[in-house]
Amino acid sequence: MYVAVKGGEAAIENAHDWLAEARRGERSVPELEVAQIKEQLKIACDRVMGEGSCYDPALAALAIKQARGDLVEAAFLLRAYRTTLPRFGYTEPVVTADMLAQRRVSATYKDLPGGQVLGPTFDYTHRLLDFKLLAEGEVPRPEPTPAASADGRLPPVTDILAREGLIQDEPPGDDSAPVGDLTREPLLFPADRDLRLQNLARGDEGFLLGLGYASQRGFGATHPFVGEIRMGDVTVAFVPEELGFPVDLGEIELTECQMVNQFQGSDTAPPQFTRGYGLVFGHAERRAMAMALVDRALRTNELGQDVTAPSQDQEFVLMHSDNVQATGFVEHLKLPHYVDFQGELSMLRSLRTAWQETKA
Amino acid sequence: MGVLARASAPELEALWRAHGAGAALAPLRPAETGLVMVRGRAGGTGQRFNLGEMTVTRCAVEGPGGVIGHGYVKGRDKRHAELAAAFDALLQDEARRPALLAAVIDPLAAAQAQRRATVAAKAATTKVEFFTLVRGE
Repeated sequence: MYVAVKGGEAAIENAHDWLAEARRGERSVPELEVAQIKEQLKIACDRVMGEGSCYDPALAALAIKQARGDLVEAAFLLRAYRTTLPRFGYTEPVVTADMLAQRRVSATYKDLPGGQVLGPTFDYTHRLLDFKLLAEGEVPRPEPTPAASADGRLPPVTDILAREGLIQDEPPGDDSAPVGDLTREPLLFPADRDLRLQNLARGDEGFLLGLGYASQRGFGATHPFVGEIRMGDVTVAFVPEELGFPVDLGEIELTECQMVNQFQGSDTAPPQFTRGYGLVFGHAERRAMAMALVDRALRTNELGQDVTAPSQDQEFVLMHSDNVQATGFVEHLKLPHYVDFQGELSMLRSLRTAWQETKA
Repeated sequence: MGVLARASAPELEALWRAHGAGAALAPLRPAETGLVMVRGRAGGTGQRFNLGEMTVTRCAVEGPGGVIGHGYVKGRDKRHAELAAAFDALLQDEARRPALLAAVIDPLAAAQAQRRATVAAKAATTKVEFFTLVRGE
């Protein structure tokens, strides 16, 4: 129970002034520009866009600066901002097969059409601190790249398996049916895959990573292979009501993960690989992989298996994945609970008195 | 409209000064920033789902002869949406269209194709070439 408390305005104002001063840090060090955060802390911006569920790199960078690098706080700021804007509508589904891929790797096929394209990756770095960066040297500009015949479009790896019927077809879904939207209606259970994917796409990276890891270690055993990870730009098309035909709004960067999981067969269908899917804003590979693991785990019921682990439990996963909600409920504990606590205190005192009387 | 949306506001501003200035345009709907919900498909091809929102700015202007020019662009740059709408209005004028396509749209589209090609070429330099090691007795 909360009761209005008055007072403290001066203290709050002073605390916020100090926060601004602390945000600025040591004055002899140049102040960070939002553009620098956007360009040089891109992965952090991508995470904030994902968890804030709003694609706008400059706003994500601003939120990170304002939040002093607290990425959960920054996602919160972005979520709050989005509530101030009107919604124009829903886009056409993005076509990830047409992505201008900067990166595309597969752990299932060595030689695949289009090849293994590493792109800008931390993989194969030695994870040694690079003291050259400490010396503030400028990175040399790479040599002009040779012309290549590739147009950047790479055929999806899952198509190779699908051609032989070795992997479950992705149920096409009914394009005339409404698509669930968590920003418009509360989550109810059981939740369909559209709502689950929306929830996971904006879920906390650490939470999804922990659940995905647990599912690999045996709590909800899946035996997955990375069919494909791809990262790059896709075109977003939107049909404005007044025009009635799709208009390209531009490109956004996405990371997609197709996880290939162990077989499923029945009396009516031969054994086939099953799928888990991850799709997230920006360059966020760990997040896309974790999402794909958890998506597959949450399909346990529909694939006729028993729910035995937290990662397979819809309510456990979907109700606790959102870090804006989670931080709100956890952090509200520090708000004044004086009256609640006084109630508990007097109850405890009377229990102790009663206990002592029985002992007397 | 896609080419105009992909161009940058400074690019369009320069092209407007050269090829659009002086055109009779009346504002119809002032530039407004909002959101669209981006959709994906499960597995890339399956059931549709809502991935997350993105910022979009739109604008409408009335051009010569009562045609309506629309601008829809990613992000929050109002000037970008205004210029996209202005060019869209002029491009609907049959008399101006061929010259504008040649002077504005084609060069922008070529520059955008060049940027895509640069990314594709850069990605191609990180393509792994595998060698199979044969062990002899």
